[in-house]
Amino acid sequence: MKTVAVIDYGMGNLHSVAKALEYVATDTRVVVSSEPRTILSADRVVLPGVGAIRDCVSELHRLELDGVVKEVAKNKPLLGVCVGMQALLEHSAENAGTDCLAVMPGRLIHFKDAFADLRDTAELKVPHMGWNQAVPEDADHPMWAGIAVDARFYFVHSYFLPLAEASGICAARTEFGVEFCSAVTQGNVFATQFHPEKSAAAGLQLYANFLAWNGDN
Amino acid sequence: MGLAKRIIPCLDVDGGRVVKGVQFVDIRDAGDPVEVARRYNDEGADELVFLDITASHEERETMVHVVEEVASSVFIPLTVGGGIRSNDDIRRMLNAGADKVGINSAAIAQPEFVQEAATRFGSQCIVVAIDAKRVSTEGEAARWEIFTHGGRKETGIDAVEWARKMVAYGAGEILLTSMDRDGTRDGFDLELTRTVSEAVSVPVIASGGVGKLEHLAEGVLEGKADAVLAASIFHFAEHSVGEAKQCMAERGIEVRL
Repeated sequence: MKTVAVIDYGMGNLHSVAKALEYVATDTRVVVSSEPRTILSADRVVLPGVGAIRDCVSELHRLELDGVVKEVAKNKPLLGVCVGMQALLEHSAENAGTDCLAVMPGRLIHFKDAFADLRDTAELKVPHMGWNQAVPEDADHPMWAGIAVDARFYFVHSYFLPLAEASGICAARTEFGVEFCSAVTQGNVFATQFHPEKSAAAGLQLYANFLAWNGDN
Repeated sequence: MGLAKRIIPCLDVDGGRVVKGVQFVDIRDAGDPVEVARRYNDEGADELVFLDITASHEERETMVHVVEEVASSVFIPLTVGGGIRSNDDIRRMLNAGADKVGINSAAIAQPEFVQEAATRFGSQCIVVAIDAKRVSTEGEAARWEIFTHGGRKETGIDAVEWARKMVAYGAGEILLTSMDRDGTRDGFDLELTRTVSEAVSVPVIASGGVGKLEHLAEGVLEGKADAVLAASIFHFAEHSVGEAKQCMAERGIEVRL
């Protein structure tokens, strides 16, 4: 039996993520762990995350899981979710600027800073909270299998990855005042700004796809 | 295309059972929160709100189990309100699988609680519930105040000022109920909804008074609500969530279909 490890570093939504994975898993065991050896020996790994980016990154460092995540990113399927996606990037403007794990390039900024130059954004409430589309850049990527191109996913976030920062790694685009990158992928790493575990059937399909994904494109 | 407006069915739970007569002909146990939640999920509900109306403190633990069970099989955001008074209450609900908690009277008793909770758990999971009643007389500029105990007890707090303050304290969302309209089926207090929605930078959920599908669309179009909440219109199977979304879509509102 295969295993998927959900990294437990004290940041929020890992139980929801684990429950969703359990719901779709047929021949995979779901393990919630903060133990480097357990994580490194799993077949695939999920990095969840909720809350402030600085807390997330500093907890990963404190638990010595930053190196573990980077190691996993080299050779097995890795899925980042929400702040877990943000942690995989280079930097976030949140908390007066936070260096992240830099598994992938990209710097996150706040919606309000992007809206400053636009008209007609008065009605856009931040955080970007609710159901929005994530339109695949490459609908043939195995992670999007069985998901309609206009499917909606559940988002809750205030910082985002601008398209200009995501060249070569953008896996989906979403429109909220500006068009931004709502999923990224590089080799065997895939990450979503939205919460598949809260996105009903489309989100469950994405988790099922991850459990079947061998890391190829 | 962009962000969809949300439709949120609200369930009252007493001692672990859904009350206020949910009536679905094809449901085995209309009192089972898991079955009802699944049903709404299948109909396309965007989120669910569970309001724990359990009176006795001892029975409150049952709500934790309800949330655990629902969160194991229904994968949309869950908000739990009713009796949330401490960081421990919040932690228990979030650990059980809730995504957000609704804070109402505890915020009035001690506004700093909202600040502490938002700092500790993040604004994204703190919903402040406001029960407001119109206090201005005809001819006067409209004004609303906060009422507690199901609308019976006045507090003298201005509802719009309170909403602003709660957002400043870290509330990530406002659940706004008109106590004048609640249970009347006459539609939302649209002026209240719009005034609060335009006063704060976070999403506002309109609640209280929905009697027909039109009302939901009005809440968004005229009330400027980001989400609309209803109970009886869905519980009695008069209309499904899917019909509600169809109605909103026909009026040009973006919804998740």
